[in-house]
Amino acid sequence: MIYLDHNATSPVHPHVLEGMLPFFTERAGNPSSVHGAGRAARQGLDEARRRVAVLLDVHESQIVFTSGGTEANNMALFGYAARCKFRGHLVTSAVEHPSLLQVCERLKRYGMAVTVVGVDGNGCVRPEEVFAALRADTILVSIMHANNETGVVQPVAEIGQGCRTRSPAVAFHVDAVQTVGKIPVRFAALAVDMLSLSAHKFGGPKGVGALVIDKSFVLDPLLVGGGQERGRRAGTENLPGIVGCGLAAERVQTAMAAEHHRLQQLQKHLEAGLQAAIPECLIFGQQAAVRLPNTTALGISGIHGETVVMNLDLAGFAVSSGSACGSGRSQPSHVPTAMGMTSDLASSMVRVSLGWNTAPEDVEQFVVCFAKVIKRLQPFSHAVPHGTTLALE
Amino acid sequence: MKLPIYMDYQATTPMDPRVLEEMLPWFVEKFGNPASRSHVFGWEADQAVEKAREQVAALLGADPREIVFTSGATESDNLAIQGVARFYQDKGQHIITPVTEHKAVLDTCRYLEAEGFSITYLPVQKNGLVDLDLLAASITDQTILVSIMAANNEIGVLQPLADIGQLCRQKKVLFHCDAAQGAGKMALNVDAMSMDLVSLSGHKIYGPKGVGALYVRRRPRVRLKPIIHGGGHERGMRSGTLPTPLLVGFGKACELAMQEMETENRHVLALRERLREGLFSQLTHLELNGDLQHRLAGNLNVSFGFVEGESMMMAIKDVAVSSGSACTSASLEPSYVLRALGVSEEQAHTSIRFGLGRFTTEEEVNFVIKTVVQAVNRLREMSPLWEMSQAGIDVNSVQWDAH
Amino acid sequence: MAYNEKVLDHYENPRNVGSLDKEDPQVGTGMVGAPACGDVMKLQIRVDDQGVISDAKFKTFGCGSAIASSSLVTEWLKGKSLDEALSIKNQQIADELALPPVKIHCSVLAEDAIKTAVSDYRKKQKALG
Repeated sequence: MIYLDHNATSPVHPHVLEGMLPFFTERAGNPSSVHGAGRAARQGLDEARRRVAVLLDVHESQIVFTSGGTEANNMALFGYAARCKFRGHLVTSAVEHPSLLQVCERLKRYGMAVTVVGVDGNGCVRPEEVFAALRADTILVSIMHANNETGVVQPVAEIGQGCRTRSPAVAFHVDAVQTVGKIPVRFAALAVDMLSLSAHKFGGPKGVGALVIDKSFVLDPLLVGGGQERGRRAGTENLPGIVGCGLAAERVQTAMAAEHHRLQQLQKHLEAGLQAAIPECLIFGQQAAVRLPNTTALGISGIHGETVVMNLDLAGFAVSSGSACGSGRSQPSHVPTAMGMTSDLASSMVRVSLGWNTAPEDVEQFVVCFAKVIKRLQPFSHAVPHGTTLALE
Repeated sequence: MKLPIYMDYQATTPMDPRVLEEMLPWFVEKFGNPASRSHVFGWEADQAVEKAREQVAALLGADPREIVFTSGATESDNLAIQGVARFYQDKGQHIITPVTEHKAVLDTCRYLEAEGFSITYLPVQKNGLVDLDLLAASITDQTILVSIMAANNEIGVLQPLADIGQLCRQKKVLFHCDAAQGAGKMALNVDAMSMDLVSLSGHKIYGPKGVGALYVRRRPRVRLKPIIHGGGHERGMRSGTLPTPLLVGFGKACELAMQEMETENRHVLALRERLREGLFSQLTHLELNGDLQHRLAGNLNVSFGFVEGESMMMAIKDVAVSSGSACTSASLEPSYVLRALGVSEEQAHTSIRFGLGRFTTEEEVNFVIKTVVQAVNRLREMSPLWEMSQAGIDVNSVQWDAH
Repeated sequence: MAYNEKVLDHYENPRNVGSLDKEDPQVGTGMVGAPACGDVMKLQIRVDDQGVISDAKFKTFGCGSAIASSSLVTEWLKGKSLDEALSIKNQQIADELALPPVKIHCSVLAEDAIKTAVSDYRKKQKALG
């Protein structure tokens, strides 16, 4: 089975796991305890925090560890809205992660106003549109760094700087879950106040993420009781997980430039191969200025994405028809829909996402298999009810 | 025997090697996202998660569909209390909780107080137990929730859960129980104890850190407003990618706890009593904090008169214990739990919590007795208060300049 | 909270633990702090005919830093005149032991103990005429 669904989750890198193991056993103290076992644990925690801080070029005190990207996103929006007494207006985009859009829904029920800006045909947020949406009572703008389905990288630095110039009081949050570890993310360069990340998207373990906060920025905690993380996130720290997050951060930092190049080459082969074999295959956001080197969302009008994914699974390839969070739904994803695609094309989406253990042969074999699956399905296009699987010879 | 000796099982427990073994394949080889519906990586992870859910539910006598996975007991407490408060606020805005609860419960209540909820912080009796009559009298027609822990993290006292549950049921008030310390160490049954919400923690029962659960009753259905929104995982009550290895470990830890609870409690209790008798027979001016009968087998909280707790911890540095709760030990304030029992500030400053558990041995207990007795004698020789007491002066009668 | 080596040394090998006869006119006693605050220090000095501190003893109920602070000052006091003793400031103690901010009060307590002991001695001497 070849795994090409790294945007859903990636295996923990074996070196990272190795570094985590002592924290399950001999260094398993509670970092809040003052005795030797607690202090050994605390040291591990501090070290991990330093590693993540180095990756993002921030001070250690700016890192608040959470249980993952979803919690970090919730904490950023809800925590800051609570700080502002749930008064005012937010701006976000139509292609954000469900966790973000749902917190916005929740904040609307608290009486807050939300403007959702659209994207262009390539899935890009237009900075002017964000600026035009700013109001006198806007408290927060939240735009994702790269989309989890298309890999399109948003002009967040431009948006951040522009917002800061136009309304200095507006806070800016960036959901960088899909970019941290894949492309350089420098906190200061993005002009952000808060940034979310998730360890399991870059070779770290599941169950850990962080919200990175600008030094002078203050928000209310989401979870209270215990005073951990400088009172910003209560609960006994997930020590082995946090250590793993730190080690993964360190690993991607050294490997990033080479890995970026390697993945970009693979992506080129993949996309060229697919389009050569199936000319009607459309790559979503292909003309976007920047795309993640590991993510390719594609579609062939009339052939349902779910059907393709199921047939690929039978043939030994794990890909998805969108985000794992929306997996199993029958509605087309909100992302291609926001890009203006017909529901036909939107529901044909298949997402291929590569990772640290993807080999060139994996991509080659995938192209061959994908072409076969599509050729089998094409005669039935528009006629195949989704869920149909066809045996390959 | 390996030094240092870990005797702080209420702060965190070492992971059982059987738990770690179960977890290992789920990091690198079987790494799928349980929410991925389109391939086998996702399916096998999802199956593992569902098995863990059954194991956790079994520990509480609950249905697996009533288990919501969280990042730990602190999140579970936040979700239970904030979630109920926000869902039922039109019905009433009053919550009752004892003053000796964990900070996760107390701070959540304080947070809600700032939002306009009214909270009754219920005093406890001298032995740390809730007074049922007082609880009954505190419930009003505005009360929506009573939150009472199963076992206290500092003094280990066990609350009369079945009686509390029955009372709440009768008064039609929801009952939340923070069972982070109690689960796996005492028999818990959500039906027999009429519990509506129960918080659990992985790392207090020999499982991993970073994982916990909230039991949410289905019949009659308890509703919550979630805290963490997103992909709609956990039936919409808690979003976020499920950390498969942690859940697998948590499930295994619950299974082991259930299988071994009885024998383990016997083993731990015998050691705890050995420790208690050893200390009390060789030292004078000791006070046991909290009730002895209704108590976790693995907890001993003792005040060593005239010996300050932190210097005691330094003196027995080969033994990891705590003076007050690990969560508050960075502060200089004496434990609020002990203060709530009517223990004087002075006595609170001299308290040490010994936490024993699954891997504690008799040899370790013997070593601890010897070390503690030596340390206490040495520190008393250094203590001006001990000198005064030996000279027949009542330390409490002296006018001290508090500074 | 990891302890500094000097604190550990004084804690493990405290200098001059003990008591002097508090009725002796040559002895000044300073007892400061309160059990409810978690620390009580008793510091005693013996002053010779030349007005020089010839001996110093302490007993302390308190954390390691409190014990170390009092042990350290008993070493410093020996051989000093009373005025020199009074010139010892808490900051010097805190610096010598590298006390963290949460433990600064231990050094303050030690300075108070010196002041109280000296004033007790002076009061006794005054009463004697």
